[in-house]
Parts: sequence; structure tokens; C-alpha cells
Amino acid sequence: MAIEKTYEEINARIKRGEAVVVTAEEIIEIVAEKGVEQAAREVDVVTTGTFGTMCSSGVFLNFGHTKPRIKMNKVYLNGVPAYGGIAAVDAYLGATALPESDPENRVYPGRFLYGGGHVIEDLVAGKPVKLEATGYGTDCYPRRRIETWITLSHINDAILFNPRNAYQNYSVAVNLSNRTIYTYMGVLKPNLGNASFSTSGQLSPLMNDPYYKTIGVGTRIFLGGGIGYVAWHGTQHNPCVPRGENGVPLTGAGTLALIGDLKQMKPEWLRGTSYLGYGASLAVGVGIPIPILNEEILLYTTVKDEDLYATIQDYSSDYPNREGSNLGRVSYAELRSGKITVMGKEVPTTPLSSYLKAREIAEILKEWIRSGSFLLTEPVQLLPSVDSGIALKGLEEKKNNG
Amino acid sequence: MIANKVVLRFASSLVGQPIIYHLVKEYDLVINILKADINPHQEGYVVLELSGDSENYNRGLKYLRDIGVEVEPLSGTIAWNRDRCLQCGACTSFCPVGALQLTRPEMEVRFEESKCIVCKSCLDVCMARAVEVRF
Ligand code: SF4
Ligand code: SF4
Repeated sequence: MAIEKTYEEINARIKRGEAVVVTAEEIIEIVAEKGVEQAAREVDVVTTGTFGTMCSSGVFLNFGHTKPRIKMNKVYLNGVPAYGGIAAVDAYLGATALPESDPENRVYPGRFLYGGGHVIEDLVAGKPVKLEATGYGTDCYPRRRIETWITLSHINDAILFNPRNAYQNYSVAVNLSNRTIYTYMGVLKPNLGNASFSTSGQLSPLMNDPYYKTIGVGTRIFLGGGIGYVAWHGTQHNPCVPRGENGVPLTGAGTLALIGDLKQMKPEWLRGTSYLGYGASLAVGVGIPIPILNEEILLYTTVKDEDLYATIQDYSSDYPNREGSNLGRVSYAELRSGKITVMGKEVPTTPLSSYLKAREIAEILKEWIRSGSFLLTEPVQLLPSVDSGIALKGLEEKKNNG
Repeated sequence: MIANKVVLRFASSLVGQPIIYHLVKEYDLVINILKADINPHQEGYVVLELSGDSENYNRGLKYLRDIGVEVEPLSGTIAWNRDRCLQCGACTSFCPVGALQLTRPEMEVRFEESKCIVCKSCLDVCMARAVEVRF
């Protein structure tokens, strides 16, 4: 008989402390041993994880009102500009924002030692952060300037809102030119000197739910060491790309917009990063539980690195020029082995996201669920999938508005 | 009299040549080999303590450079900050000697200072600034 479980049934088992929870790594063995049907009957939840730099991240802040009041127009946190074009004492600090004093790439390659991601890490670590803001003065908000120190616990709100995280899959970056290049995929040595890749493969959330059958708007997740939610599909969500036989996309595809209260997150899982010659950003830890509602959903969680593929792209010319061409595909098993073959050449691989930490996140989430402190939520709306007809648009230059 | 610690790096074509022998024999230098290995790309490296009178010392270095050996002074030590490390492994593909290494299948990054030749290749590729030179 086909196995069907509901969210309510799984949550009831979690509350009774009876739920069987395993990681996306462990499920592979379990299914190999017991078969799909028995595993689907026994296992309630599979946990996933990923920990790497995710540029499209940031935090909404509300500082509280000054006396007399100010309508903040320009806002700086430890010298890093935040967006002040919302209400009087609200701002959005983006992970890749840089202080105006940063030399950027004027001294090439720039070092980008401190940016928005680092401010977020400092806030979460409880460190005092310098706030400078100016306004133009209105009858209701007469003040024009404030300079003070804030800490996370003393401001009203800090809501992490990341418009695009947890890419379903991602390119492998190589450099065909004869000079070293500095990219968001790290330092790429000339003449195919190395190949960077960045997903946690068989542990990665959307690799384990390729058609977004359980991960949707409202899914409760591990975010930055605390609890967060899937807010929406992420920007550039692109489900209609070529997929393998297992349903998993062969290139970048689905993405998630994530939200959560920064105050309950941990600096260990939100870390400022600096990419030589590229910029500053934020490494984010994300873990998503997948309820085993039936055998089909279980089967998706059994994907292995051997069966997951990424597409190799040249970042010296093809990527910057938005050329669609690629240099073939490799499996995550090959990528994780330390070397791959590209155009007949053996190339060492450079991992950019941590497989070890991804596993740690899946383990932490497993413990949260096992201990009964983390219940699953049924999505209030599913994400656009392969039938959505979404096609990513480029931005074209136009001379007039016609 | 000059005494210095230096790092020699050379291409695979020079591996197997009696370079050290020449330094001793023809330049009368006293040599103390601190570390030596051939990395996976078949490049050789040797960390030496080199001493001799200054004329011989400089001639010896010139000989090395002339045959295509990169010679750099060994300065400082590398400190790896475990708490700052994100455990990504990016640095391990830049480290020529496996001092920063990714264990498999655990995929854990480890640093073995005794292998490090302070070539500094890892410094700039670490997005977490978890490796530093200490003098
Ligand atoms: S300096 Fe860094 S890259 Fe060079 S040997 Fe030491 S650990 Fe390896
Ligand atoms: S690159 Fe930096 S953060 Fe990544 S493993 Fe190496 S030391 Fe750790």
C-alpha cells in the first residue's frame, strides 16, 4: 500500500518525541539497506543544510526614535551605508555594501575587508556598532544628525531578509585566460589552474526537493543558527532549466527568499566574508527539513553526489559577457574528490561552501526536531515549478523608452 | 658571513638535479635542509638555512636564479584561526604542500604548521581572513 503521511501526523510524532529524523546523507544508506517503501514508512523527516556566501542577503533594522526625532535619510553602520529610503528610523543593510572610504578595486585586486556582511556578523555577536545618520529636517522630524552606538539587543527590530539564498545548483567556475582573475567564485588561476564550485550537493536543500513539493512559502527552517522561514521564491528563481533524470537541475535554478529574526541567530552561522578583487558579502547557514509525506518525496531525498551535476563555465570571458556557452558537466562526487577533468586537463577543485558545516547544520536541525522543539509547517503556497513557464530576462540597453 | 632561511621553488624540469650539491661544492655554503617536498603539480620546494661568506652567498643565489629557481626569504609563520575558519576548503587547493588540507570523506579543513613553507598563497584566497602571517 502506498505510504501517505500528513504534516499533522508527522508533527504529532515530533511532539511525542517519536519522530524518526535523519540527514540527507544518512537517508542514502537507509534506503539502500531497507528499500524505499520501508524507509518511507519509518522515516518522518530528512534534514538538509548548506553554508556558504550568499550575496543577496541583508537585514531590516528599526533603531527606535531619537529625542527630538529624526527622519534618517543617509544611514551608516560602522561606516557602511545602509538604505534609508524607508520610514524615519528604518533602514536596510545589504551584505555587499561597502564603506565610502573603501578603495574598492582602485588598488587591484581590492581586499574589501569590511562590508555589510561584517556589520551583520558584529551585530549578531552583540558588539556595539556605530550608527551615524543624517536627515534634512521636517516639522515632525526636526533633528538633522545623530551619531551614537547601537547593539542588537537595544534596537527594536532586526529582521534578516535575504532576497535570494540557497541556490538549487550552481556553475563550476574556471578561467581560460592567461591571467589570474578575481571573482565572486574566488580567485581563479590562469589556464584552467583551478575550478571553483559552491553547493553542498547531496546535502543541499533544493537538491533534495527538486520540484519544490514540500519547500514553499512559510516553510520553517534553520536560518543563521536560529529559526527562519521561506518568505517567497528567491529573485532569479528559474525552475524551467534542463534537469537530469532524477529531476535535479543541471545549472542554477530555484532560489529562496528567507526571513527571520536576527536577534535569535548566531554569529557562527552568519559570517562576513571578503572576496579578493570582488567584494564583501555574508556567509549564511541554511537548513531545511523535508517531511517524508510519501515515497516519491523520499526518493528525491536519496540523491547522491554521483548523480548530481554542475555545468562548467569560463569566468574570464563567457560569464562576464553573458555568453551562454559551457565547457561540459561534472558530478559533485568528482568535484568533491579534489580534481576534475576540463578540456582534457586535470584541474584541482576549489570548494567555496563548507560541506562539513552543511552536515553540521543538518545535524543541528535533526536534533531540534528530535527534541520536539521544532515543528514542521505546511507551505501556505508552493513555489513556481517546472510548469510555471518562467524564463529569466536579461537587461537590454535602450536609447529611448519605446 | 650571512645566514638566512630561504624558500626555493622550482619547476618539475629541475626536480632531480643536484642543486644542493652545487651550492655546497661550488659556493662553499653551509646548508641545513628544513623541509623539502614535491607537490602534486610536480613542483619542488625546499626550505633551507643557508650560510656562507657574503660573496659566495650572493653568487650561490644568483646561480639558483639563473637556472630558474625562485628564491624567497622565509619570513614569519602562518597562523590559522580555527574559529574564524568557515571550513570551506578554498585555501587547500592553493596550498602547494598540503599544509592546509581537506580530509576526505569528512571534508574537514586542517592546518599542519610543520608542513607550511610560508609561501602565503593561502592568505588572499581566504574569504574569512582566517589565515594570517605572524612575524
Ligand atoms: S603559506 Fe599557506 S599556502 Fe603556503 S604552505 Fe603555508 S599554509 Fe600552504
Ligand atoms: S579558505 Fe579560509 S575559511 Fe576557507 S577553509 Fe581555508 S582558512 Fe578556512
